[in-house]
Amino acid sequence: MSRTSRNIRIAFLAWSVLAAFGAAPGAWADGGNLLLKNGTVITVTKGIIPRGDVLIMSGKITEIGENLTAPTGVLTIDVTGKYILPGIIDSHTHIALGGTNEGSEPITPEVEVGEVVVADDVSMLTALSGGVTMIHTLHGSANPIGGQDVTLKLKWGQPSEDLIVKEAYRTLKFALGENPKQSNRSGISAATPPRYPATRMGVNAIIRRELERAKLYMAQWDRYSKLKAQKNPPPTLLPPRRDLRLEALAELLRGELVARCHSYVATETIEFMNLAKEFGFKVACFEHAWEGYKIADELAAAGIGISVFADSWAYKMEAAEGIAYNAGYCAKKGVLVSINSDSGERIRRLFNDAAKTMKYGGLSEDEALRLVTINPAIQLGVDKIVGSLEVGKHGDVAVFNEHPMSAYTRCDLTVIEGDVYFDRAQVLKEREEAAKKAAAPKKDGGAS
Amino acid sequence: MSKRPFVGCGLFVLAAALALAQGPAAKVIVIKGARIVPVIGDDIPSGTIVIKDGLIDAIGAGVPVPPGARVIDATGLIAYPGMIDGYSFLGLSEISGVSATVDSRESGRVNPQVRSVEALRYDSMHIPISRSNGITAALVAPSGGLISGVSCLVNLDGWTNREMVIKTPAALHIELATIRGGRGGFMGMTGQQRVETPKALEELKALFAAARAYEKRKAYAARQTLLALPDFDETAEALLPVLRGEVPVVVSVHADKDIKLVIDFVTAENLKAIFFGVEQGYKVASDIQKAGIPCIMGSLYDMPPTWEDGYDALFRNPGELAKAGVKIAFASVSSSTAKDLPYHAAKAAAFGLDRREALKAVTLYPAQIFGLDKALGSLEKGKTATIVLADNDLLEFRTNIKHVFINGRETDLSNRYTELLEKFKKRDTEEK
Repeated sequence: MSRTSRNIRIAFLAWSVLAAFGAAPGAWADGGNLLLKNGTVITVTKGIIPRGDVLIMSGKITEIGENLTAPTGVLTIDVTGKYILPGIIDSHTHIALGGTNEGSEPITPEVEVGEVVVADDVSMLTALSGGVTMIHTLHGSANPIGGQDVTLKLKWGQPSEDLIVKEAYRTLKFALGENPKQSNRSGISAATPPRYPATRMGVNAIIRRELERAKLYMAQWDRYSKLKAQKNPPPTLLPPRRDLRLEALAELLRGELVARCHSYVATETIEFMNLAKEFGFKVACFEHAWEGYKIADELAAAGIGISVFADSWAYKMEAAEGIAYNAGYCAKKGVLVSINSDSGERIRRLFNDAAKTMKYGGLSEDEALRLVTINPAIQLGVDKIVGSLEVGKHGDVAVFNEHPMSAYTRCDLTVIEGDVYFDRAQVLKEREEAAKKAAAPKKDGGAS
Repeated sequence: MSKRPFVGCGLFVLAAALALAQGPAAKVIVIKGARIVPVIGDDIPSGTIVIKDGLIDAIGAGVPVPPGARVIDATGLIAYPGMIDGYSFLGLSEISGVSATVDSRESGRVNPQVRSVEALRYDSMHIPISRSNGITAALVAPSGGLISGVSCLVNLDGWTNREMVIKTPAALHIELATIRGGRGGFMGMTGQQRVETPKALEELKALFAAARAYEKRKAYAARQTLLALPDFDETAEALLPVLRGEVPVVVSVHADKDIKLVIDFVTAENLKAIFFGVEQGYKVASDIQKAGIPCIMGSLYDMPPTWEDGYDALFRNPGELAKAGVKIAFASVSSSTAKDLPYHAAKAAAFGLDRREALKAVTLYPAQIFGLDKALGSLEKGKTATIVLADNDLLEFRTNIKHVFINGRETDLSNRYTELLEKFKKRDTEEK
């Protein structure tokens, strides 16, 4: 049995509930080779090949073109009539984690969700069935400064540390508005007073306070390092007390971490941009940014992207002006826009959500598809390795039966680094076999 | 009257009101040159629709244009009947997380006396958004508890809640246990205890028996003037039209074994039943078909009911039910994303449902399920002129809706989205 067919077999054991909650199969260590033939190749960055092939060797795309051949033994799948596109990337989700909110305190930049990756979360399978190959999975929005996030490949069955994409930006989650100020919490009473901050003013003030503390902390260490580097350091020289919380913020101020900031209304978004300018840290992206269309010029000028829903809105007051035109309008204005799921269910129809920007915003098919491929890759700092079909990039690919921006489309195949992680044909085959088995009379066991 | 609002004097009153409201507008509207998808019968590659007195007066390829008519050149557009949302919270839920704006869920478990029409917010911002995506009518359903209340079926147009009504009561709503624990809602925060279906059916049986007994006592006391009339029982009073078969019952039922139990239950109780949800319906499709019970699909935007059902269970369920001969309709199960109705149908089509059937399941079939197909659900002479002109396939994401007529009246396609967009677009054009 070839390695790949073994992989397929193992991957689809996952669809049975036992495997879904069972041990990680882990069988992909040697990296994948795969030739996809005769599909419409949508590269996203280098145009469309109406009838072309994609060759992946040792996990990387080595050739894209017509009439390609693969070395003997390489699995070849004919996808005539179907569409080959880069694996979909979700810039904002919370799946595959053992915890999302350290909500006991408002400022927790030292916590890292990367330490609680759950590599057998069934939501990963849901995502794979929708062509998703990479996710940015984040700390929640309970805290003004929440914690550090992680970017993962959806290599179901691999050990969690092998899922982590080391090339991606290291990101720190901030959150503004209703969630950190806890305005939607029930059960807050005299006995359980609301936490500080309870207003948008307070949220900004507490973030500013912590950044000032971090600056001071960095200055203390600078002073110490300089004294220590002297020929004859003072004999009483003591290092400052280490503070992991401020260490994380110092990393932000040094540019080793970039901010991802949950924000809804225009005012808080503008004020966070001002904070970033004041303290000189980088904002990679605003999350949700439901009023992005009101300040598209400011976002474009600052070069800050947004990661948004297509149209899930009006679920709380700060989402009451979140119009479906937001993504398309901002994209047309030159803002780097991605469509995210923020959900273990919506993640499997990100391509559907991206397609909505054709109606609301007038994006073309190609522009709409960018919102779930190359744009999130840029936001995560991984556009050199994924996000489009280009020679040298990772062999992360999805195959759809119809154009991915059609409402009638369906994902048929999902490949990460040349290995098949989802194959609808295989799912159907196993379903049929299981039905046959269930219908067949039992050979032994006689009396029932 | 309430069942047939489009016939008789009501129509003249409506037509007169429209004439007043719209001033000297042409009485006759003609849609010319559109591809017509009547849903019943073959498509007409290029045809004409004549709208008169709110109805389709003529439709076909060689139909002449009456003199003095307002003519809409619809060349390049496709005419469809308006879509009908089989189950929504339109007008009952504005901002779901702000309880002051939510009227969809009464407290307590047994509320047959509550009527969605009486809370229907006709100027909800979600209604014009749905309408501008080609949805012209919707079932507005109460939810929660065991008996949630009574729904209404409304046009997505009207200056008051009552102006919108096509039919009320449309159905009584009963909710049974979901498959995946709890009673749904964000993180199960709806605060209601799960009741297994056999127990819930026992409860319903007792409620129905009590209502029938109440009816008898009332009738007896009416004849025997020396007997005291029984106290007013709002539960029994609200259940009686259902028990008499005058009002259908929409049962939210989900698991295959529950579906079988409920088929037996509604047969024994002699109820006119419609199923809603039906996530594991495909496992018992022939039972549903034999019982002749139509099904309104729950939202397809959900996880599989169980992992053993397969990742695509919700997506293929409608196709398998339809193949078995069950009449299906789609629903948004939403207010803020009720505009997504066509995409639920397209998703099912991507997983095996015939595309023509998918279209019928958002037009003709919901009309039939709620007994409104004499007036709605297809483009035919004599039906109401509830027509959508689209620039592409009605169920596609890219499609723009260019005109929407409801009862022959052209509706406004601006909405909260376009208002805010236009407002902030002015940043580019205003004088600095």
